[in-house]
Amino acid sequence: MAIFLDGDSKLVVQGMTGSEGMKHTTLMLAAGSTIVGGVNPRKAGSKVDFPTATLPVFGSVAEAMAETGANVSVVFVPPTGTKSAVEEAVDAGMPLVVVITEGVPTYDTAQFFQYAQNAGTTRIIGPNCPGIISPGKSNAGIIPASISGPGPIGLVSKSGTLTYQMMYELRDLGFSTGIGIGGDPIIGTTHIDALAAFQDDPETEAIVMIGEIGGDAEERAAAFIAEHVTKPVVGYVAGFTAPEGKTMGHAGAIVSGSSGTAQAKKEALEAVGVRVGKTPSETARLMREILAP
Amino acid sequence: MDLYEYQAKHLFDMHGVPVVPGAVCETPDAARIAARRIGGTVVVKAQVKTGGRGKAGGVKLAANEDEAWDRAGDILGMDIKGHTVHKVLVTQAAEIAEEYYVSFLLDRANRSFLAMASVEGGVEIEQVAKENPDALAMIRVDALEGCTPEKAQEIVTAARFPAEVADQVEAVLLKLWDVLVNEDATLVEVNPLVKTADGRVLALDGKVTLDENAHFRHASHADLVDVAATDPIELRAKAFDLNYVKLDGEVGIIGNGAGLVMSTLDVVAYAGEEFGGVRPANFLDIGGGASAEVMSNGLDIVLTDPAVRSVFVNVFGGITSCVEVANGVKFAIRMLQEAGKPVDKPIVCRIDGNRADEGRAILVEAAIPGVELVETMDEAARRVAELAAAAGK
Repeated sequence: MAIFLDGDSKLVVQGMTGSEGMKHTTLMLAAGSTIVGGVNPRKAGSKVDFPTATLPVFGSVAEAMAETGANVSVVFVPPTGTKSAVEEAVDAGMPLVVVITEGVPTYDTAQFFQYAQNAGTTRIIGPNCPGIISPGKSNAGIIPASISGPGPIGLVSKSGTLTYQMMYELRDLGFSTGIGIGGDPIIGTTHIDALAAFQDDPETEAIVMIGEIGGDAEERAAAFIAEHVTKPVVGYVAGFTAPEGKTMGHAGAIVSGSSGTAQAKKEALEAVGVRVGKTPSETARLMREILAP
Repeated sequence: MDLYEYQAKHLFDMHGVPVVPGAVCETPDAARIAARRIGGTVVVKAQVKTGGRGKAGGVKLAANEDEAWDRAGDILGMDIKGHTVHKVLVTQAAEIAEEYYVSFLLDRANRSFLAMASVEGGVEIEQVAKENPDALAMIRVDALEGCTPEKAQEIVTAARFPAEVADQVEAVLLKLWDVLVNEDATLVEVNPLVKTADGRVLALDGKVTLDENAHFRHASHADLVDVAATDPIELRAKAFDLNYVKLDGEVGIIGNGAGLVMSTLDVVAYAGEEFGGVRPANFLDIGGGASAEVMSNGLDIVLTDPAVRSVFVNVFGGITSCVEVANGVKFAIRMLQEAGKPVDKPIVCRIDGNRADEGRAILVEAAIPGVELVETMDEAARRVAELAAAAGK
C-alpha cells in the first residue's frame, strides 16, 4: 500500500534536462522508480540517455500523460518557472505533483495551490521539499533510497535532512512511506494530510512526525491526532533555540512574536499523548520502544 | 524581510496608498531642513523594526524646525527594545479624527491570504483581537481572485467603517493589495489608517514584510536591505551565498539542511547546560552538497567569529556520501591554512549516513590537529560544548 506513491506509480520529470533533474532522475531510476519521460517544450521529441534507461522528452505534461499513462510529476523547474510548470500539470489532470524546487515566491505557491484546489484533481507535495519515497516501490524526489528499506513506519517531516537522519536511525525497521512536506510557509500537503493517509494505510503501524518552528501546523496536527489517529505517533520538533524574528534556513521557519515556537508545538503534541523526543536519537528510541519492545 | 516605516510608506506612495509627506533623516540638522520644507507642526518618528515606539518616547511632535532639531537629537541614538535608532522620519502632523486598522497578510493555516480590518486602530491589533474580537473583521482573500472591488466592499462592511469613509477605505484596500502583489509582500499593514479632521483617509504608519524568495523579480529590493544594521558576519556569509544567522553563544555550528542545523543548535544547547550554559554561536546551513569549497567557506565564516570557542561540523551524508563529506572537511581545512587563515579552534565532526565508515576512516587517517571525530550527534554535542567551556576558562 504505502501512501500517495507505490509500485504502480509512473513518473514524469518536469525539468529533467536541467542539471538537478538529470542527477536525480538517474538516482530515482537506480532506486527502481518507473520513470516514463521528461517534459521540456524546447526539447520535445528528443531522447535522453541515463545509465539504466533512455527516456523520451515530451512537449507538455498532457502529452506525456496521454502517451505513457504517467500519474506522478516530479518538478525540478527553477523558481522563475515553477508556478507555470505546476499549473500545466494541474491542467493536464496530473494526480500527484511533487515540487522539489527551493526558493519559490510565496505568492506563486499560494496561487498554484489555489489553482489545484479549484481543479480538485491534483495533490501537490512541496515546494521546497525532498519528495516522497515508498521504499522498494518508488521514489519521487531526492531522498536517498539507500538509507532504509520497506517496513512498518510512516514518516512525515518538514525537513529533508532530518527525514534522512530519522530514516537512518530506524533503518533496520524500515518505512512504508517517508514524505518530506517542505519548509515553506505554504505547502501543498500538510502533516494532517499525511497523518490521515498513514492512519488509513494497512502497511503503516506507527508514525514519526517531524516538525519545526513557524506557523501552527504541528498544533493543528495534534488536534487532528486526538480526533482521528489511533496508530501510535512519536514526534520531534526542531528549533527550540531559534531567536524570535529570524528565518532559520527554511522560508517558513520563523518564530513571530510568541507564535510558532518549538515549545508550543511540543506541548500541543504531548497534550494529545504524542511522545516527543528531545533529540532525533531519542525520538528514534521512542519509536523503537513501540515497534520493537 | 521586514521594512522600516519610511520604506513601507515609500512603497505605499508608489502604489497610490495615500500617505503624508515626509523625509527620513539621520541627523538633527537634516531633521531641521525637513521640518522647514514640510512646514507647520511635524512628527519626528524613530525608525526601528519593533513595536511600541510611542510608549518608549520614540515619537514626538515638533511645532517648528528648532523643535524638530531638538526632538531628532533626543530620539537618534535611543535604544528601543534593543534596537538603536539611526534614522528618524519627519512627517507632516495630521489632525486625527479617527484611527482605523487595515492589513493583508499571508494566512499559512488556510494557505491563502487574509484581510484584517477594524475601526479600532492605533493600538496593537493583537490587543483588539484579544479584548474585543468582534471589532476585528477577518476576511479570506483568494490568492487567484485577489482583492476585487467587491471584496474591498465586503471587508469595509464587515469591519463596520462609517459610511462617509467607506469609499476611501475601499480605495486604500485595493491599492494596498497592489502593494502586496506587485512587491511580493507577505504582510502589508496600516496602523493607524486615519480619518483627518478634514475628512481625508491617510496611512499614518506602515509595516511591510517582503518575501525574500521573490527578490529575483525585484532588483530594487536589494536597496532596502539595511546593511549598516546587519551583522557583519551575516553579510560575509551572504556574499558566499550561505544561510547564516548569528546567535549569542560560543559553539560554532555548521551542518547540512535547515532542519538538521536547527536540531543541532538545540542538541548543543541541551549539552551546554552541563557545561556552564554554553550555547550555539550561529546557524549555518551549507546545503545538501557539502563540497570542499562550500565547507571551506563555512569554516572560514564560523572561525572568524571571535565569540566562537569550538566548532561542531554535523553532516548527514545522503546523496553526497560521507566519503565526499570527509574529503570536503579535510580539503577545507587545508584550503584555509594555505590561504593563511589559522584553524586554531577545536573542531568536532560528526558525519553519518551513506558510507559513514569510509568517511570516518578518511578523517582518522588524516589526523588533522584539533579535529576530533565523534560518532553520534548527541555525544558530539556534549564534546563540543565541553571544549567550548574549557576554552572559556
